[in-house]
Order: sequence, then structure tokens, then C-alpha cells
Amino acid sequence: MSEAAASRRAAELAARASYGRLVALLAARTRDIAAAEDALADAFAAALRHWPQRGVPANPDAWLMTAAKRTLLNAARHDNMRTAASGEVERRTINRLSDTEQAMIPDERLKLLFVCAHPAIDAAARTPLMLQTVLGLDAARIGAAFLIAPATMGQRLVRAKAKIRDAGLRFTVPEPEAMPERLGPVLDAVYAAYGAGWDGLGGDDAAVNGLGEEAIFLGRLLAELLPDAPEAKGLLALMLYCEARREARRDLSGRFVPLADQDARLWSAPMIAEAERLLTAASRAGQFGRYQCEAAIQSVHVQRPIEGSVNHRALLTLYDLLAAHAPTAGILVARAATLLQAGDPAAALAALDTLTGQERIATYQPYWATRAHALRATGATAAARNAFHKAAGLATDPAIRAWLLAEAAGTA
Amino acid sequence: MQYMLLLNETAEEYGRSNDPEQAPLYWGAWNAYIGALREAGVIINGDGLLGPHTATTVRIRDGQRLVQDGPFADTKEQLGGYFVIEVADLDAALEWAARAPCAANGSVEVRPVMPPPPGMAG
Repeated sequence: MSEAAASRRAAELAARASYGRLVALLAARTRDIAAAEDALADAFAAALRHWPQRGVPANPDAWLMTAAKRTLLNAARHDNMRTAASGEVERRTINRLSDTEQAMIPDERLKLLFVCAHPAIDAAARTPLMLQTVLGLDAARIGAAFLIAPATMGQRLVRAKAKIRDAGLRFTVPEPEAMPERLGPVLDAVYAAYGAGWDGLGGDDAAVNGLGEEAIFLGRLLAELLPDAPEAKGLLALMLYCEARREARRDLSGRFVPLADQDARLWSAPMIAEAERLLTAASRAGQFGRYQCEAAIQSVHVQRPIEGSVNHRALLTLYDLLAAHAPTAGILVARAATLLQAGDPAAALAALDTLTGQERIATYQPYWATRAHALRATGATAAARNAFHKAAGLATDPAIRAWLLAEAAGTA
Repeated sequence: MQYMLLLNETAEEYGRSNDPEQAPLYWGAWNAYIGALREAGVIINGDGLLGPHTATTVRIRDGQRLVQDGPFADTKEQLGGYFVIEVADLDAALEWAARAPCAANGSVEVRPVMPPPPGMAG
């Protein structure tokens, strides 16, 4: 990323942080997220225009509030549509807050995150809702990341906000006893945002680049606001380990490079160091968690340049733990891939065979890619080629598709 | 806010209410639940309904009155009763819904009661 692009992104994230704080503040008092967004829409758009050029103001929240206040006053003067959209409560809250500009604004974003991932909200709407309300992303950008038409995404968001307002969902941070049950969906929604950004093609184009940075922003927010939740740290660590390798996942001509062949010098050392610190801090709580375990797997992978090889035994132990906790197709296929990398293709095939016939496995690309490699290692070249072709047909990332087709062609 | 808890029961569960051996347990559970609702002071009103075999469904189509034996949809669970409760928010309503005896084998649908339309209040 160029220096100009980096400073533009920094200004954008600062604007999003302020915007999210103010939307959360208004929505937590009224339950009306759409009205809160309306009240801040113009101010936020102005911030996205001005801050990247003129720099982030000293007190970003105050800047945004002053701008919102001006909009609301203008709207009141012209008595136009926006007056109706921005409720009286928003107007009063903004007016009162801008009188005490130096005062600390309470951070209600955690409550907003818990409402967005509330069990009463359609699971498919949770991640988009977080991205829009907490970060101010528009439906087109979110839709692009999730391969959903902007209009459909827009409707989904409108419906979710209407449900929060009309059904009266509670804006609160759950009690400790309810926390494990409620935190899971929040973390899952943030991770889904990261996943949607993962297969981006890179470059400076944010729309193509996916949502990795935004997801990490949300992950940081959760880890900061919930210092006693080891899984929040685990999730942030997991995303940082993956993000640290982003540059190494493509060669200079944009071709996909599998983890085992990546040049470790391209990995981001500061991100890996931060991830390691987070994972260590999380493990002090002594509670097993899916995200900590997945982060630990990534931690084993990044030891390769230090130890000279990957510790497959450690990986298998961690995958067994994960599988005992949640035997999903993704985890079981990754476990089989570890068996293969450990030099036991027969065991890998046997593990994959136990999944054959399961729902959705027939269209699960990593299953076919892993199967292809295992078959090739056992000498079953014709079957391997077939499996590579199947995997290529199921791939969504052009670089991975091209790589799979090249593997198929090279299997003779 | 006011919420209606729509209590859906399986046929098997409904059958327990008339079974001499199981009825005491069945009614004991419901009475305890209703007692807890009353004690908390959240209950506005509510009723149990006679079984789905007593249901009749009426529709007007093309000006014709169509009367049909049975509930509106032949599903595994049937509406067995309802409560309207007054609580702070959906989360509180969901807590009460989860305590209903039929939540364990049937289901409870939670719906906010529509506020009076503007101009009709009072």
C-alpha cells in the first residue's frame, strides 16, 4: 500500500471509529439505528471527504458532532425531509453533547455489537449489520464482499434495523453468566467479515480488497472493550496471524502461493508478534476456545522459519482438540490436510473418506483440493486429476482456481 | 412494551393434559409458570385454548364463505394458548418465553403487540 493510500485508510478508520461511537450512543438511547445513522449521515460523509486530505482533527468525535449539529439545524430551518427522519431524541442528544465537546463520550459500541449479533436477528444479517452500524460501510460495499446484490443487502439491513427498533431488543452488555452464549455470535460475525475479505485480490482498491482491515478493527474493539474474554483475544490473534501472511499469498504475477511454499520473509513480523502476545495473554485464563485453538494452529505455522520445519504433531493435537469441540467440515478437512503434510496420505484419505456423503461436502472446495493432493501422493494420478478439476470448478478465487488447474495439469 | 407469547404445543403434549396419569404433572408445570408470571406482575392477560380438533377455519373467497374443519395449517405444533405480558424489552420477553412448559417440546413465538395507531391512543 502506498503512503498516501495508507494515510487515507488511517483517516477513514478514524472517521469510522468516531461515527460508530456516535451511532452507538444515539441508538442505545432510542433503539432506532436507522434514525441515528440518518442524523449522522451528512457529517460522516463530510468526514470521509475532508479528513484524508486535511488530516484527522484533534477531537474527531467533537468534529463529527459539530457537523451533525449544523446539519440538524439546517434541516430544522428548511423543515425538509431530514427533520422527519432525524428524531427529536437524536436532535436533543446531539445538541446536548456538542455543548460539552470536551467531555468523554461513553463508548456504547459494545452494546451495539451485541444487538447486531443478537440471537433474535437473522444470522445472515448480523455481520452486515455490524459493518454498517459500527463502521458506516454502505450496502453496496458489504454486498460486494458477500457476493450479494446491493439492493438485497440493503433490504436485509433495513429489515434487521426495523426488528431491533420495533421488537424492542435490549442494548446491553450481557451479564457474565450469559456472556459465553452471547459472545459466540458476536465473534463469529466479526470472523465472517474477515472471511469475506480474505479472498480479495489485493491492491489499493478497498472495494476489491475485502473487509480484512475492518474486521480487524472490530476484533481490536472487542478485545479492548472485553479485556476478560480470552476468546476475543483469540479471534484477534487468529485474524492477525492470517493478515500477517497476506502479502505472501500471491507471487509477483498474482498467482496463489500455498502456505507451505510461502516466503516467510514476506510475513509481517509486527503482526505476528502482536498475535503471539495476544494468544499468550488469552491462554492465561485457562479456558478452551475455538478461536484460541485456531490461533494456536496459526502460531505453529509461523514457527516454520524459526524451527526449519512445521511441527505436524502439534498441529494434529490442536486439530483433534478443535474437532472434539466442533467437528465441522472445515476443521476435519484441515486435519486431513495435516495428516497428508505429515507424510501419511493413506491416513489423510481415510479421514476424508469418513466425510464423503456428508451434506455439502460434495461442493466443498477444500475437501476436493485436499483429496486431490492425497490421491496424488498415493499414486492414484487419474483420480487425483479428477479431484483437482472438481476443486477448480468449485473455487471462487480466480488465483486459487488457476493454481488448482495448474496442479491438475502437472499431475501425470 | 407489550408482547404476546404464542404457545405452540405438540399433539403428544396436548394429549398429556387429558391423560389421568400425566395431567397432574402437565397442569402442575403450567400452574407454576402462570404463578411466576403473576408474581412478577408482568401478565396482562392470557388464555389456554381447547385442542386443535375443536378448531374451525373460515375464509371468504370470491364472496363465498368457506368453512373448514380444523386449524389454519396442519402443522406438527398447534397454538395451545397465549399470554400478553408487559416487560421492558424483547430480551425480557424471551426469558419468559423460555420458561413456558411448552418451550421444551413445542415452541413459543414472541411478537410485540402493535401500539395503537396515531390518533387512536387513549
